[in-house]
Amino acid sequence: MAKVALKLGADVSTDIIYPGRFMATVLPTETPQYAFADLEFNKKLKAKEVAPGSFIVADKNFGCGSSREQAASCLTGWGLKVIAKNFARIFMQNSINVGLNMVICPGIEASEGDELEIENGKVVNKTSNRSFDIVPMPKARQAIIDAGGLIPFARKLVLQAKGRS
Amino acid sequence: MGMTMVEKILARATGQAAVKAGDVLEPKVDLAMSHENGALVINQFNEIYKDTGLEARVWDPAKIAIIFDHRVPAESSKTATNQKKIRDFVARQGITKFHDIRGDEGGICHQILPENGYVLPGTVVVGTDSHTTSHGALGAFSFGIGATEMAAVWALGKILNVEVPGTIKVVVEGALPRGVEPKDIVLNLVGKLTAEGANFKVIEFHGSTIRRMSTSGRLVLCNMTVEAGATSGIVPPDAETVHYLKGEAGLKAVPQLFGPDADAAYDQVIEIDASRLEPQIAFPHTVDNVKPIGAAKGIKVQQIVIGSCTNGRLDDLASAAAILKGKKVARGVRMLVFPASSRIYQQALKKGYVETFMKAGAVVMNSGCGPCLGVHQGALADGDKALATTNRNFKGRMGNPNAEVYLSSAATAAASAVTGEITDPRTVTVARAKAAPKKAKPAKARPKAKVAAKKPKAKAVKRKAAAGKPKAKPVRKPAKKGRK
Ligand code: SF4
Repeated sequence: MAKVALKLGADVSTDIIYPGRFMATVLPTETPQYAFADLEFNKKLKAKEVAPGSFIVADKNFGCGSSREQAASCLTGWGLKVIAKNFARIFMQNSINVGLNMVICPGIEASEGDELEIENGKVVNKTSNRSFDIVPMPKARQAIIDAGGLIPFARKLVLQAKGRS
Repeated sequence: MGMTMVEKILARATGQAAVKAGDVLEPKVDLAMSHENGALVINQFNEIYKDTGLEARVWDPAKIAIIFDHRVPAESSKTATNQKKIRDFVARQGITKFHDIRGDEGGICHQILPENGYVLPGTVVVGTDSHTTSHGALGAFSFGIGATEMAAVWALGKILNVEVPGTIKVVVEGALPRGVEPKDIVLNLVGKLTAEGANFKVIEFHGSTIRRMSTSGRLVLCNMTVEAGATSGIVPPDAETVHYLKGEAGLKAVPQLFGPDADAAYDQVIEIDASRLEPQIAFPHTVDNVKPIGAAKGIKVQQIVIGSCTNGRLDDLASAAAILKGKKVARGVRMLVFPASSRIYQQALKKGYVETFMKAGAVVMNSGCGPCLGVHQGALADGDKALATTNRNFKGRMGNPNAEVYLSSAATAAASAVTGEITDPRTVTVARAKAAPKKAKPAKARPKAKVAAKKPKAKAVKRKAAAGKPKAKPVRKPAKKGRK
């Protein structure tokens, strides 16, 4: 169980999650410091006021805009999980690739501070005592998640290809 | 059931007779593009090979393109060092389609790829940039991916787990009225679809307006399909595509063209009557917050930006120059022009557009992404409003979350530069580019940027409406011929 640390609206762009002016910073070890750099939330993160495992809850189309992968890696670094009604395509793929924990939950209703739990294909809001269905990942994407991200997944394929040739 | 454009392309790329929306495939990649974020791709690419005992070699150095554009020349030592890292990698791996910071062949990736003939109809193109959708203008299936995914493409030569997207068919009919440009079509479309309306889908463009449109205009349409969430935009290739690839891109041969099947299955069909379209404005802070120009008239702006991978091409510069010729950028307004590529810059120099801009008071900047993403140049002050021909107006996009960005066509941006407030380009006079009585340049091909009849002060809306139609066509064609 963990708290909703940040509640956001629809169409949160990657410019908000990871502003363009920090794009020269690319390493997943360095990007977290700029997560939501223009929001107060960034200060909370840096002050360690947000517990790892906390949730960000957003409305539709989370991660729209630029394909910058920093927008996913900067959240992974803080151990955040994202629940949104749906995600923009590239952001979703990036999240899967870099191992960001994200959940598609079209009916989600939660406020900042609510306690959530993910169980049996549902997001359960312990504060409001309601639960909301999760849209399962397509199988092909689940395979990458199960491998621990795209790097280990691709590594396996590279080795296989080498074995064959 | 027949196949859409993208279904056909993916069937070919995977060697199957037929595929359909929803299928999961691993298509071969024909071109893989990155820019400065290649630094992260390299990092992830090396990670893939870590502890494997294998040498990290890209699958095909001839199929990788790397273009420096996002922060050129480097704005910081960090960027410069990233660029150096990429340069070294390019040399080591023997990557040939590399465009460094140069005045002869540099520019924005989404212009460099088409103008060099790197994108061919019917192929699969991926790029670590969301506007990789642009290249659908040449009939390719072209879409944006993240850096780690690109690292896997560099290693394997294919994209893993691509779901064949469903397709939205957009049919645009009629001639664009004077002062209305391809940008207005796509802003209107994004407004209709909303920022997520085409999520995970492809937008396929059809109709007489598209057939008559230059490749430059088609790039504008496909470029912005991602603003409706689309995986990509695509225009079935035709004679104009061949004309562009042989003429502008200098290719000797072009692959056999194919379009979608007549009985292809579309998720949705949207019709747009171009002849009734007005100039459009996307209001802050989302691209789908689109209204006809009337709603924005009179909004004061402090910065005008003409450029980017959306509207930094010769057609756009011609359109802006025709409006700015002999006029001045209003005091209190900073006008920045950044041509999409060095080649376009040089063409604009030859045609006198650069002189027109500078005399008007605009600052003409080097080719690249410049102010578009707000990391490098042209950042906005708190409280500033900017009108830009770029493709995004998200909070903070031009470097300042306390500023506002409006989006428009080049014509609207130029008209607004003169007045200092958002202005309908149909209400301003437009310079005559053709052999006018006095000093007109010895017209080469034919008039390129057009031109309302010169004498009417062009206030009379009616006469324009009437004049608009016959003129709309010639406007585009010469623009095409003008290119070499
Ligand atoms: S011009 Fe702007 S939108 Fe286009 S590639 Fe550059 S930063 Fe991206």
